[in-house]
Amino acid sequence: MGLTFISSIIFATVVAGTPLIIVALGELVTEKSGVLNLGAEGIMSVGAVVAFAVTHHSGSPMLGILAGMTAGMLMSLLFGISALTLMANQVASGLALSIFGVGLSAFIGKPYESIALASVNPVRIPLLSKIPVLGPALFEQQGLVYFSWFLILAVAWFLYRSKAGLILRAVGESPVSAHSIGYGVVKIRYQAVLFGGAMAGIGGAFLSVFYTPMWVEGMVAGRGWIALSLVVFATWRPGRVMIGAYLFGGCMITQMFVQGSGAKISIPAQFLSSLPYVATILVLVLISRNRSTIRLNSPASLGQPFLPDA
Amino acid sequence: MWLKFEQRPEPSKTMSYVSPILAVALMFLSGLLLFVVLGKSPVEGFKVFFLNPLKDSYGIAELFLKATPLMLCAVGLSVGFKANVWNIGAEGQLLIGALVGGGIALHFEHTSSAILLPAMMVAGALGGMAWAAIPAFLRTRFNANEILTSLMLVYVAELVVSWLVHGPWMDPDGFNFPQTKLLSPEATLPILLTGTRVNAALLLAIGALLVGWIFMNKSFMGYQMKVAGQAEHAGRYAGFSAKRSVWIGMLAGGAMAGIAGIAEVSGPVGQITEHISPGYGFAAMIVAFVGRLNPIGIFFSSLLMALLYMGGEQAQQYLALPSSISKVFQGMLLFFLLGSDVFINFRPRFIRRRK
Repeated sequence: MGLTFISSIIFATVVAGTPLIIVALGELVTEKSGVLNLGAEGIMSVGAVVAFAVTHHSGSPMLGILAGMTAGMLMSLLFGISALTLMANQVASGLALSIFGVGLSAFIGKPYESIALASVNPVRIPLLSKIPVLGPALFEQQGLVYFSWFLILAVAWFLYRSKAGLILRAVGESPVSAHSIGYGVVKIRYQAVLFGGAMAGIGGAFLSVFYTPMWVEGMVAGRGWIALSLVVFATWRPGRVMIGAYLFGGCMITQMFVQGSGAKISIPAQFLSSLPYVATILVLVLISRNRSTIRLNSPASLGQPFLPDA
Repeated sequence: MWLKFEQRPEPSKTMSYVSPILAVALMFLSGLLLFVVLGKSPVEGFKVFFLNPLKDSYGIAELFLKATPLMLCAVGLSVGFKANVWNIGAEGQLLIGALVGGGIALHFEHTSSAILLPAMMVAGALGGMAWAAIPAFLRTRFNANEILTSLMLVYVAELVVSWLVHGPWMDPDGFNFPQTKLLSPEATLPILLTGTRVNAALLLAIGALLVGWIFMNKSFMGYQMKVAGQAEHAGRYAGFSAKRSVWIGMLAGGAMAGIAGIAEVSGPVGQITEHISPGYGFAAMIVAFVGRLNPIGIFFSSLLMALLYMGGEQAQQYLALPSSISKVFQGMLLFFLLGSDVFINFRPRFIRRRK
């Protein structure tokens, strides 16, 4: 196995893991405020198609990402209205968002099928990209890859080092106490939900603008749900999201690995494609079997509606 | 003035029935708006989408044909949903049911035995149950969230179908199309009304609705599940097993979805392909909620959902809109329902905003 091959495997793993990191961190912040938004798949789908359309028409990937982010926020606003203002069941509201988003993206995306975007040149980091093997793998990536690394630090700092993060976590642990000392629980939860939506929108945009550069119905292919599982896997800690995301990213590129290794084994493509989903199930089992891990780490009020003035 | 929701002393029974009607009305309204936004005449759009499909008896038969898998899946899911068991993988259970039942039909393709069809249906149910048993086992044994595991298994099921129809089960005379041989007439469900496609699966679905109604309203086990769903602690205090609720909820959903799958294969689809279901397993969740998890409600909401599917096809044909518009309507309907449900527990009140 040549060094270039190893380098390209790392490169592809990082690329595949990037949208998972971004989406999962957004969801992590949402969940830390006590809100379970199962709509990531739908938000990503809409983010992907909107980003694709805007990039196609404007020629600017940057505008595309911003549009994907905005679309993601609008989608999560729908969830907020349902789950926070109207106090509907969060699980059902999230499911509704996923079903709606996947359908809406297929509807919007119909005219854009079979169009390809020009591939975007990567951002080379001077000096670092000269490191053998790791340089081309890690430092000749798209800007959003660096953004995902920055986001891990930013979210970790926000949650554990900033006052606003402390308040957010307090809202997630005990909304009644937070409310009684004067914090606007619903308002803070709205902000967390919008942040999650923005990140899921960017994650979707990454898929359609950089990863495949095209739009195909159903192209998100469960990544939103995998990102949700990733939050559980990471036991709600930002740093661990990265490990999990690259683990799943690795599962997603096994196809390339098998072909590149030159092994003369014929595995049906479908089996390799099912790996990320099977891995997700295994990982959920491994993490969840110890009930106290989940109980200690998950926000105490996760999934429960909050009634102001009740 | 400021709108505020005031908690009702107890949930309003009336509102729980008014809410789905309100949701449907809101869906119609925003549908009209959507047509305007898309530059179509709303009157024309409404006519094409909601009235065209029902203009003759063939259309009405198609409505019942499409409502059949939705009824089956939704009544099975409603058992679990009542107990807060979130099986969202009915689509995968439907596919595996279709594979197992269809596999029997393909394996015994030269049999003309009268038990072939019943055996296929049973095999479909068992296949769906087996697929649903995985998240049930992982939940009860390892505490793994059944929402995520059941959904992941949908993707796995799709890939299993894809592998079989591209590989071992592909029709050798099928010009390399990813599909199996057509099922023999003996393995095909009898048509109920000549000249239409509506078949005996509709009777199965109505039977399932009846059984579901008796189970949820007349059996002690159904009562235990409802208690477990509405008041977890009360259920535990009374000694009702939460694990059993998970198993029953998941298996009921899996069995019904499996039958829905094999009924499609041995009915309108006629073979196993990658397009057995246009998302019936997901739409069935909306059907179950809009039908208030009640078999009578599910009967009507599955007809409505079937109408949305047919409306999408009509819109594609006559309005040049993508047929996925039906999924937009389906999603809107669920959102409006969840939103309208606020009136069950809360009373809206306008208050003057304090400074």
